[in-house]
Amino acid sequence: MPPLPFPPSTPLSWYLGLSAILFALGVAGFLFRRNIITVFMSIELMLNAVNLTFVTFSYKLKQVDGHIYSFFVMVVAAAEAAVGLAIILTVFKNRRTLEIDEVSSLKN
Amino acid sequence: MDSILFLIFAAIALGCALNLVLQNHPISSALSLIGVMGALAALYLLLGGEFIAAAQLIVYAGAIMVLFVFVIMLLNAGTETPAHRSLWPKYLGVPLLLVLLGFVGYLIEKVLPASAGVQFGLFRGGSPLDVGKALFTSYLLPFEVTSVLILVAILGAIVLAKREVD
Repeated sequence: MPPLPFPPSTPLSWYLGLSAILFALGVAGFLFRRNIITVFMSIELMLNAVNLTFVTFSYKLKQVDGHIYSFFVMVVAAAEAAVGLAIILTVFKNRRTLEIDEVSSLKN
Repeated sequence: MDSILFLIFAAIALGCALNLVLQNHPISSALSLIGVMGALAALYLLLGGEFIAAAQLIVYAGAIMVLFVFVIMLLNAGTETPAHRSLWPKYLGVPLLLVLLGFVGYLIEKVLPASAGVQFGLFRGGSPLDVGKALFTSYLLPFEVTSVLILVAILGAIVLAKREVD
């Protein structure tokens, strides 16, 4: 069997690089998008990227603590989604819009 | 074999994340986010996190994303109108993000010593048994505090949703 062109074990930095790219994409979505729901989903993408870092370092250190932390991040994300989507519903009921630029009553 | 699986799922995650940022319609973004979460669950399995992979699929891709899709359908969210804000974030944002990525990549290469890579099956501490043991012994107090957090979140969601329009 000819040797594969890939390394037999994945380098740890590939996982961390993927996590960094996902986080940067989340930041880009958070900054550039105008729909409230899409902005919210970008936040979830950033949380997921951080979770990948936790699990990767948990593998590196051969300890289970990273898994516990990412479990807590999931719990906080669930609570955040419940409250945030309730806020979005209230904003839409009051203003009939989902554009973040038009929800500016706290400005000035 | 591990590297090939990693590359496949990393490509899925990256493509779906790009699609999330670039799509104009919220429902397309939500479906892309589900793709990202599924690919990340596969990567957690490769890293030996069985419990966290299952939790990712059930809690994130299942519960949270169903909530998102439900709200999108409920509000009948349409396509975004193109942004007409000031120009400098449009031209400066992407280069600044690339600078951030380069900095993080440099740190990863610099700080992380050349260690053995990830091989599937070398780390077996992520099973539900080990996670449960750690969760109910050394992390018992944070675990109990999260129950209070969830209770507060439920109360807040109910109060916000029941508020009358004035």
